[in-house]
Order: sequence, then C-alpha cells, then structure tokens
Amino acid sequence: MLYFIEQCLNGVQLGMLLFLLAAGLTLIFGIMDLVNLAHGSLYMLGAYFAATFAAVTDSFVLGAVLALVVTAAAGMVLEVVAIRPLYGRPHLDHVLGTFGLLLFFNELVRLIWGPAGMTLSLPSEMLNAVQILPGLYYPLYRLVIILVTLAVAALLYLVVMRTRLGMLIRAGASNREMVGALGINIKLLYTLVFGLGAALAGFAGLMQAPILTVQIGMGENILILAFVVIVIGGIGSIRGAFVAALIVGLIDTLGRAFLPDALRAVLSTNAALTLAPALSSMSIYVLMAAILVIRPEGLFPAASR
Amino acid sequence: MKAAREFFRKSGFASWLDPRTALTAAMLAALALVPVYAAAAGEPFALTLFTRIVIMAIAAVSLDLIMGFGGMVSFGHAAYLGIGGYVVGILWKVGIASGLVQWPAAIAISALFALVVGTLSLRTRGVYFIMITLAFAQMVYYVAQGLDRYGGDDGLTINQRSSFSGLIDLNNNTVFYYLCFAALIGSVYLVSRLVNSRFGLVIQGARSNERRMRAIGFPVFRYRVVAFVIAGALCGFAGALNANHTNFISPAIMFWTRSGDLMVMVILGGLATPFGPVIGAVVYLLLEEALSRVTEYSGLFLGPALLLVAIYLRGGIAGFFRKNTP
Repeated sequence: MLYFIEQCLNGVQLGMLLFLLAAGLTLIFGIMDLVNLAHGSLYMLGAYFAATFAAVTDSFVLGAVLALVVTAAAGMVLEVVAIRPLYGRPHLDHVLGTFGLLLFFNELVRLIWGPAGMTLSLPSEMLNAVQILPGLYYPLYRLVIILVTLAVAALLYLVVMRTRLGMLIRAGASNREMVGALGINIKLLYTLVFGLGAALAGFAGLMQAPILTVQIGMGENILILAFVVIVIGGIGSIRGAFVAALIVGLIDTLGRAFLPDALRAVLSTNAALTLAPALSSMSIYVLMAAILVIRPEGLFPAASR
Repeated sequence: MKAAREFFRKSGFASWLDPRTALTAAMLAALALVPVYAAAAGEPFALTLFTRIVIMAIAAVSLDLIMGFGGMVSFGHAAYLGIGGYVVGILWKVGIASGLVQWPAAIAISALFALVVGTLSLRTRGVYFIMITLAFAQMVYYVAQGLDRYGGDDGLTINQRSSFSGLIDLNNNTVFYYLCFAALIGSVYLVSRLVNSRFGLVIQGARSNERRMRAIGFPVFRYRVVAFVIAGALCGFAGALNANHTNFISPAIMFWTRSGDLMVMVILGGLATPFGPVIGAVVYLLLEEALSRVTEYSGLFLGPALLLVAIYLRGGIAGFFRKNTP
C-alpha cells in the first residue's frame, strides 16, 4: 500500500512536469494556432541554462532563476525572429519550420555544451527523504517539485483568469481578429505568450534536470508526451491540460511500477519482464487513441474551456 | 516567328521545356546514371547513399498520396517503414528468406495495420488526426523495443537479402539499386494514375470540401480509409526494401523524428505534386549528407534552411518552379 502511494506521488510529480510543458504548448496552440515542435528544445535549453548557471553561481536556486529568465528571453527572441512569419500559415508549414528549429537547437546545444550531457546537482539539504506517512519516506526534492509546480499552476490560473493579461489571452484564444481590432497590440501579446510558454517549458526542464541527466534530445520524448496531454485534454484548454497531465503521469508511472507484477501472474517471469516496459510505454498512447475515438476533440473541447 | 511559337506550343514540346519538367527529367536521368557514376568514379558509397534516397523517396511518395492529395496529415508514416522492415527481418529469422513470401507479407501486414489505424483515426480531424497517427506509430515503436527475441532496442541484423530463387540477385548492389529505382518510378506512376482517377478526384474533393463531397453522396470516410491503406502498403514495401538495403532493422527507424523527416521531404519537395516528394527526398537527404561532410554540426544549417523554406517557399520546390511558369 505504501509502495502504491509512493508510486502515485511519482505519477503526480511526472504529471505536474508534463503540465508545465503542456500548458505552454496548449496556450501557444490555442492562441496563435501554432504547432510548435520546438517546444521540447526550450525544455532542453532550460535544463542546460540551469546546469550552467548553477555551476557558475554555485547556487541551485540562483541558477534556476537565471535560467528561467534567460529561457523566457530566448523564447521571445525566437518568436520575433523565426516564429512570427509562420502565423496564419498551414499547419504543415509549422511542422516543417519548427522541425528545422528542433534540429537547429540540438546542434546548437552540441556546439556550445558538447555532446556529453551535463548534471545539475541539488543542494545537499534537498537530497534528504522526509517521512510523509508512518513508514513512508519520500525524497524531499520530488515533494518540492510537486508543491512548486502546483503553485505555478495556481499562479497560471490566477494570471489567466484574474488579470488583464489573462483576459487578453483568453480573448485572443477565442477571437484573434476582434482583439486586434479593439486596438490591442496583438504582436506583443503573442510574443509575451510565447515567452510565457518558453518559461514554463524551461522551468519543467530545469526541475527535471537533477532527476534525469541533461542531454541533447531530452526534449523529444517528453514533447510527444506533452502533445498527448494537450490532445487528451482538448487543445487550447489549460484545465484540460491539467487533468490530462495528471492522468498521463499516473498511468505512465503506475504502469511501469505494477505491470511487471501483474503480467507475471499470467505469463512466465521472463516474458513479463520483457513485455511490461513495452506495454507500459504504450499504455498512454492506447489511452489517447481510445479517448480520441470516443471523443474526437479531447476531454475538454475548446468550446467549453 | 509567331507560327513557330504556335507550333512549339501545340506540339506539346513547350510543356517539356518548362523548368519543372526539365528539372524532373534531369533528376530522373541523374538518378538512373548513379550506378554508372559510382562504378566509373570508384565511389561505391554514392550507390549506397542513393539507394537510401530512392527508398526514402518511395516512402515520401506514399505519404504524399494521403498528406498532399488527401489532406490527411499522418505524423506516423515511419511506422510502416518499420513494419515492412520487421516483417522481412522476422521472417528471415524464422528461416523464410524468399522475397516472394517476405515482400507480399510486408505489404499485406502494413496494409492491415493501416486499415486499423485509418479506421480509428480518420474519425478525428486536423491536429487531432496528426496526433493520433503519431500515437499509433509510437505504439509500434515501443512494441518493437519490446521484441527481445528480435533484437529489442538494439535492432536486428539481417544477414541475408531476400532471395528470389535465382530470378534476380539482390546481393548485386547495382541490380538492387535499379530494382529500387524501378519501384520508385512505379510508385510515382501508381500514385499519379490513382489521383487522376475517379477515386483520386473524390479524395482530392474531400480535401477541399468534405461536407460537399458527402452531400453529393460519396462515402468520404471509406474512400479515405482506402487511400490510407494504399499509402501504408506502399510505405511498407519501401520498408522491406530498406531492410534489404541496410541488412538491419531497429525501432529507431520508427521514432517520431523519422516520421518528421518524411513529412519534411514531402513538404520541401511540394505537396500534391507527382514528383515533388522525389525532389524533396533527393534534396533533403543530399543536403544532409553534404552538410555532414563539410561540418560536424549539419543541423545548424539544415534547420534554418527548413525554416526558410517553410517561410518563403510556399508549395515547396515544385511549387517554386510552377510559380515561375505563366
């Protein structure tokens, strides 16, 4: 039972990181109607910046803050230079252009930081485990990830629902031309939204960095997971992204943790051990396919966002 | 002078001289002469490279059928490359090396997979369709990773090319190249006949206005599924050729960036044009190869090049040449 709770927490933690990525992706898609395959690159950049700045400043928190700022700035520059001409074009042009950006960033990172990965080490007090239930110890850092990302999610909710900027974002998502016609600087709004998305992606990358290694192509697998999340949740819906991210995180983690044992009950140990990883990796795609077959526009279609 | 021009136009000669046709003809001639060049210049690597290009061009042509002509943006097309390859590899592993069994099986199983994927995913539209096709490809990717008996993540080395009981010897690289080249010409012919048939016009009509096509009374869904299956089968065939070419198959060929590569070839060459995907495959793979010879960081130039094409070259390379001819 304790193991189950621990795995659930791991699932929530993965789900929250996915949410950070997916929220930016879904905002960018919902408002600018842009398919951004380079979103995973911003995630990667966030992790690399954090590892670099943390090494320079000798402080994890300072490095993280600096990385966040720089990633957001990089995102905004990217938007102005490369993304802006793609607005209003067919989605296939977005795929072509942002796929090119993805190739570019992978090589750029290899040029600057070299082909070997980096590590981002945690401050020593973060390495402890805390007792959250009698007999259940949980790594403090993972707990911090969950709490901090929950706080970011709440902040994002407040910004989108309670501020003037959020109002413009929502208005931009439902009717771009009208917002522009009312005298809002739509270009600036787009740049800000892209920067926000970049910051969220970079934040996810740097939070994940101490757990996994920082390496080239780290964004490619998780980008697809984030796309799965926004598709399950319904494109353009932040609430949908939140729910779907938790579902995907939980299913992925629990599948990895419990499928081998479950399969062992019906198959030989060897077969179960080889089959289980494949099945658990597949499970979320099966889930997504099933949801799309039943609800072709995701759980929270844009109309009800 | 005027009469001469009139004659020129009527003779159909003019259409042969427009840049796009000239480019296509030159490209085909060059492709046909690759083995000659490779032998003369003593560069067997050129033959290997161009065999890969030709095979990828077949895959791109098959993708163009659904993506360009049908408007069905499949982001999981590399799955068929993998399925076709794995059918060849697995059959070889269990002792069936005959191409007469391997190739039809590769085509049939790819078609079957496309039937399942098409039936389920064609219920969705737009980005949801892009993502659900991607999801299915990822599933196959992970299944292949789990195939421990057939190499798992490391892939499977196939020690023997498909045998055709003396009919044709695939171990001869020149013979194999010309077989692939013939297959490419055949694929382009098949697709261009298909899209100009009644069937193809329904598919293209549904791309432009699905509701109207349905209102006229066409069962659009069924037409689309059939096109999807044909494209899958053709790409599965390319996969079988590819496994023969590299003597190797691994899950990596189905990773989503490989599907992205195929899409890039089609878009780069020009959507919904008969030779566009071929041009795209040749240009994209040659560019990749050339850049990797000049610099270690090829993506640094290839990436921005793709972005520039996306921004400035509407309709890809073929579209660029079409625009210049009045």
